[in-house]
Amino acid sequence: MLDIAVVLVAVMLCIALILNLWRLIIGPHVVDRILALDTMYINSIALILLYGIYNQTPLYFEAALLIAMLGFVSSVAFGKYLLRGDIIE
Amino acid sequence: MSFTVELIISAFLILGGLFVLVGSIGLIRLQDFYVRLHAPTKATTLGLGCILIASIVYMYHVQGYVSINELLITLFLVITAPVTAHILVKVAMHHRVKVMQRTRNQDLIETARMQLPPEKDNKKQDQNN
Repeated sequence: MLDIAVVLVAVMLCIALILNLWRLIIGPHVVDRILALDTMYINSIALILLYGIYNQTPLYFEAALLIAMLGFVSSVAFGKYLLRGDIIE
Repeated sequence: MSFTVELIISAFLILGGLFVLVGSIGLIRLQDFYVRLHAPTKATTLGLGCILIASIVYMYHVQGYVSINELLITLFLVITAPVTAHILVKVAMHHRVKVMQRTRNQDLIETARMQLPPEKDNKKQDQNN
């Protein structure tokens, strides 16, 4: 039963990633694109955790933590650049 | 692994996947940026939380102890998601992103744009001193 659930959730996450990519392409403003990229980071963390469950190994949690940190820092850097014209003042 | 544990893990996984999917559909379907921000920042955090709970239960049954990594990821996401949403809303207000017609209190956007950063007040005080 767990195998079927993992495959089903992987399909859901891939559909969600494709929808985010669609918003990243058509986004009318830059802020929409930043939001779509941030959501893609979070969805890819979920996909990596799912891959760790599928392979029965805790090896991928460090990668998920790293992607979470990079996603937050990059989103805040984009936001600060658009807001103030500079990242570190 | 017993059937009950497998059922709990599968239920949490499917709930989390549904929440993530609903958040991404909201990102596509909603009309305005301010409304569109609402869907992924809430639904995706909740969905990822469900997937992390499933991962914690599964790894506890595989390894025999609770690892700290999932708790760290949960803590980090819960802290950082509102900060990102707040900064994105400030950017959208500053750049005058188009607002939906029936949004209430639209003049407050101009009030928010007129707020000065705190450094200028400090400089003014320094000059006075």
